[in-house]
Amino acid sequence: MSEPMRLINETGAVVGDGLPEPEVLLDGYRALVLARRLNAQAEALVRQGRLAVYPSSHGQEACQVAAAAVLADTDWLFPTYRDVAAIAARGVDPLDVLMMLRGDWHCGYDPLATRVAPQATPLATQLPHAVGVGHAARLKGEDTVVMALCGDGATSEGDFHEALNFAAVFASPVVFLVQNNKYAISVPLARQSAAESLAAKGAGYGMPAVLVDGNDLAALTVVLSEAVARARRGGGPTLVEADTYRIRAHTNADDPSRYRTDDEVDEWRPRDPLLRLRAHLTSTGALTPEREAEFAAAAEEMAAHVRAGMGEETALDPAELFAHVYSTPTPQLREQAALLAAELNEVRS
Amino acid sequence: MTEKPTMIQALNRALHDAMAADESVVVFGEDVGPLGGVFRVTDGLTATFGGNRCFDTPLAEAGIVGVAVGMAMNGMRPVVEMQFDAFAYPAFEQIVSHVAKIGNRTRGRVRLPMVIRVPYGGGIGGVEHHCDSSEAYYAHTPGLLVVTPATNTDAYGLLRAAIEHPDPVVFLEPKRQYFTREELDQDPVPPIGRAVVRREGGDATLIAYGPTVPVALAAAEQAAAEGRDLGVVDIRSIVPFDDETVTAAVRRTGRAVVVAEAPGFASVASEIAARVSERCFHHLEAPVRRVTGFDVPYPPPKLERHHLPGVDRILDAVDDLQWDET
Repeated sequence: MSEPMRLINETGAVVGDGLPEPEVLLDGYRALVLARRLNAQAEALVRQGRLAVYPSSHGQEACQVAAAAVLADTDWLFPTYRDVAAIAARGVDPLDVLMMLRGDWHCGYDPLATRVAPQATPLATQLPHAVGVGHAARLKGEDTVVMALCGDGATSEGDFHEALNFAAVFASPVVFLVQNNKYAISVPLARQSAAESLAAKGAGYGMPAVLVDGNDLAALTVVLSEAVARARRGGGPTLVEADTYRIRAHTNADDPSRYRTDDEVDEWRPRDPLLRLRAHLTSTGALTPEREAEFAAAAEEMAAHVRAGMGEETALDPAELFAHVYSTPTPQLREQAALLAAELNEVRS
Repeated sequence: MTEKPTMIQALNRALHDAMAADESVVVFGEDVGPLGGVFRVTDGLTATFGGNRCFDTPLAEAGIVGVAVGMAMNGMRPVVEMQFDAFAYPAFEQIVSHVAKIGNRTRGRVRLPMVIRVPYGGGIGGVEHHCDSSEAYYAHTPGLLVVTPATNTDAYGLLRAAIEHPDPVVFLEPKRQYFTREELDQDPVPPIGRAVVRREGGDATLIAYGPTVPVALAAAEQAAAEGRDLGVVDIRSIVPFDDETVTAAVRRTGRAVVVAEAPGFASVASEIAARVSERCFHHLEAPVRRVTGFDVPYPPPKLERHHLPGVDRILDAVDDLQWDET
């Protein structure tokens, strides 16, 4: 288990059997281009002060894209705060995804309509929820599969253990994808686990586990598709560890020079998921300059949409603070809503 | 004549009836399956409804509550059991950060119709970590409903109401009353959010909930023998809180004592006393008194009787309500 499963290496050469169809890889490449552009756009919006904060998944886009691409419409995605690109790849409007970071509301999309859970900021706490959604589906006789995302740091949390154990005992249809990007803010992987790999933890749960090159979209697609298919046919959960790297800081508020060297980051740059898939698809002739231009244009269109939406001031109603705490506001909340309304009237008059 | 049911049997009947009425109701937790729960509240559910409707889980409270969140997101109505008050604390993050907040986080798009049953409180000679009164933690968290029955009829009715409610409910079961036998009236189901006057009284009002309601009623009985007429209000629903009923009762008497088992500092009793003071100030003949547990970790069994509010301590507080000055 020490070497990650890999199909396309850093030069774009095929190094394994069972490569997905060229059209699948081409779609994946298009999604990578959009994900990279979304990361860049969001990073720029932070610098312009229009987003409070952005945890970039630059360098991890293959994980983001593959996690979304292998799911059916009826499946569920459980993302973390670093999975904006995965949610967008699932088809949710990036503006709705970014609403949390813009500060309008905690979750900007409808989880039931999109089958994407709210982005979790407490680590690993979304994993038991994912198991619950999967367990309910199983009890109802539905073939829903749940893709649950987390990072390497989250594997140290108790909820990670409880969720995986639960899922294994009940053969829940859940795929746990750990994006091992080597850092939990500043704390390196060696401080999270003494295990040979994070995938090695699967054995303790009695769960199949795979270590995969997290910057190889082809390998991720194959591994995650197999895990999803196993879950769908009642074969239970899979733990997938994606070996990747967080190229950017934790967020714009972080200073990575305090805990890692530029040399270390530079070592990872040639392993970039876009570079290798582009090299592969160009060498096979599947990716023509026309298609490349088409993808770039789609990415620019998406970025323009995000910029335009971010430039608009949304009207927020302070009364909404009280509207959703309970399905019907309590008498106490009605009193407090009236108090705030009176304050606001006073300000206006 | 058949024997009157215990509170455990009333709760058990509520679970049976709720599961029979709605197949999306599922019950799970530790030892709730074939064993029927350590207190037998879930007795017979697995046999009647099968292992998919009532099942044992790994020993993992955060996981139990977290899985319930996901099941509620996906159309089920989970009712989970935390085996004892203090055993619920590993699930605290799930309860505070997710159970309480997902409805608000999603602008009401995702509601979590789930019930977290917690046997709570002392008075049973239990060891440490089996006797906590943990209501303040939950009541302090916006987004949770917190109810606690004091009678078998309320145990049945409030549990049915909690299971039918679209929002998450922390259902605190006073284990001191688990074996109390009483008439059980299954109809109508009391609404969550309404207190009830258990005893009318003209001189002073005792305000209690859960395990201290019978104590307050006993105190009122004794006071009556001594010529003082005490009313008793049973809060039943800590969140939402029924200011209307409480305020009306205290305004009639002008004197109030809040009786609760939890340590008094920063407690539900403190909140009630503050609310009563704010709303009834001009009707009060004396400051609102609180009779609560001491601010100590729950005592060992041989000392708990000194900690728990009893009839004498309640009546001493009533005696202090400035009777001579009126």
